Amino acid sequence: MSRSVILKSSIVKKYWMALTGLFLCLFLVGHLLGNLQLFAASEEGRRAFNEYGYFMGHNIFIKILSYLTYISILFHAIDGILLTVQNKKARPINYVKNNAGANSSLASRSMAILGSIILIFIVTHMANFWWVVKMSSKQMPLHSIVYTDQKSGMSQDLYITHSGNMLPTAYFESSEMAPAQMKIKNGTEFYSAEGDLLIGEGYKDMHSLVYAFFGHDKTKYGFPENKLALWAVIGYVISMLVLAYHLMHGFASAFQSLGLRHPAYTKLIKGLGTGFAIIIPLLFAIIPIYIYLTK
Amino acid sequence: MKLTLKIWRQKGPNDKGQMATYPIDGIDGDMSFLEMLDVLNEQLIHKGEEPVAFDHDCREGICGMCSLFINGEAHGPDRGVTTCQLHMRKFDDGDTIYIEPWRAKAFPVIKDLVVDRTAFDRVMAAGGFVSVNTSGNTQDANAIPIAKADADKAFEAATCIGCGACVATCKNSSAMLFVSAKVSQLALLPQGQVEARDRVLNMVKKMDEEGFGNCTNTGACEVECPKEISLDNIARMNREFMKAALCHED
Ligand code: HEM
Ligand code: SF4
Ligand code: FES
Repeated sequence: MSRSVILKSSIVKKYWMALTGLFLCLFLVGHLLGNLQLFAASEEGRRAFNEYGYFMGHNIFIKILSYLTYISILFHAIDGILLTVQNKKARPINYVKNNAGANSSLASRSMAILGSIILIFIVTHMANFWWVVKMSSKQMPLHSIVYTDQKSGMSQDLYITHSGNMLPTAYFESSEMAPAQMKIKNGTEFYSAEGDLLIGEGYKDMHSLVYAFFGHDKTKYGFPENKLALWAVIGYVISMLVLAYHLMHGFASAFQSLGLRHPAYTKLIKGLGTGFAIIIPLLFAIIPIYIYLTK
Repeated sequence: MKLTLKIWRQKGPNDKGQMATYPIDGIDGDMSFLEMLDVLNEQLIHKGEEPVAFDHDCREGICGMCSLFINGEAHGPDRGVTTCQLHMRKFDDGDTIYIEPWRAKAFPVIKDLVVDRTAFDRVMAAGGFVSVNTSGNTQDANAIPIAKADADKAFEAATCIGCGACVATCKNSSAMLFVSAKVSQLALLPQGQVEARDRVLNMVKKMDEEGFGNCTNTGACEVECPKEISLDNIARMNREFMKAALCHED
């Protein structure tokens, strides 16, 4: 039998589903560890989170992992939709009465619809954060602090650079009244206006972006108030519930697809799957709720 | 017992078919489900109507011919039994019972409740056998020692009667439980090793070609299977397939 026939087989499609699904489970753990730092709402927490964001954006291994994640999501979604279409075709006429609840779980029968909702969530999630941070041509506000001089009592807004320097944000404002002395290029790089000399690189203020998105305080660090914050939180929490259901069946199912089943381990895998399906989405969901309630 | 039966009636493979309602009275709890249908058919014949066509043969749970989707479950609400072993005492007086044929693209309806399950035969012909020398000096099968645990697992897999309830009950009409039982039965025994790789590749290929769906591990098949064939077999087939696909040489 030719290799292409083998690769097209139903079982190989399931291997891909399982491998990409489990890789995405690993991705969820990594993403969650990053997000949990958002619980630190203080100025220090903001700085730490933005530094972490800078690291994530400037590390070659993270870059490779992120491309693997994009590919996995695409592959998982396309393969999942293909499988679902084939499965629907395999039963052209449905039963008049089908008591499916007697023999299988709701989650296991709803993987495609749950997955599609997750896909919609991923797209909106990326539009709200990934696009704003990485892709949009609009200048993303950079990490700045308000510094108040003890003696004079004068306040100044300062950008923080990657090398630890502070630059007054006023230098970058270009208006008729006060011409800019410096420029921001490529989103984060500070250049002197005349010499085109690279002075430093700033941090994108992702912490404030998230806090402005899910919180409901007034304008902060260049981020306008999000009037729809409550809906953002509700949408996020529902999506995590959907993810929980997807994983409730998916985690253990992936092991079965790969043939990893044994009387001694299957119980453990199922237990782990249930724990994973509850704990990971729950922790993800608590973060925006916390931000909404405290900020 | 007085019952209302809602039965799928379809004159032939190309007829559209629809549900028909039949009231029935005087059903005893000790009757089997098929005996209850016999009573109905006698009444229909007396009235000059066409009796309901359904498959059956042994009526003792070993041939795999009976095949009814009863009240939304393959072989009805009882566990570990075929339709012919299902007793009417599982139902209550006044119940409405839905009776439908197996539904799958690979199992087209021939008439009423009878479906064509020859797709299973074609999957078997693709590899569900061992080739043995029949030249007159056939070896005694018991001459090869086999570990008790393997013999037991192979036997359990071999109890599959090919009824198709797994396909009927699966939301994807997947035949994985049936095919994996047949693959496992031989993969567990030394006699099956020679053709093991080709067997799993060819049987899965045929299974896909016949139009069965893909397994999504819902586990419905294992619950409804009259022989309680385990999902262990599907996992084993997934392993066997991986081994064969990775080591295949042309
Ligand atoms: C972070 C996101 C996701 C994770 C962690 C995840 C994880 C998983 C896992 C572990 C499985 C089990 C694989 C198996 O049974 O072999 C699975 C199945 C499935 N996923 Fe996802 N998934 C995610 C997103 C999606 C998306 C976006 C879709 C889009 C349509 C999707 C559709 C499906 C479908 C249809 C199945 C069932 C496939 C089958 O059993 O044949 N999933 N998922
Ligand atoms: S695996 Fe069970 S349900 Fe499927 S054909 Fe065999 S006996 Fe019937
Ligand atoms: S008629 Fe033989 S198993 Fe039911």
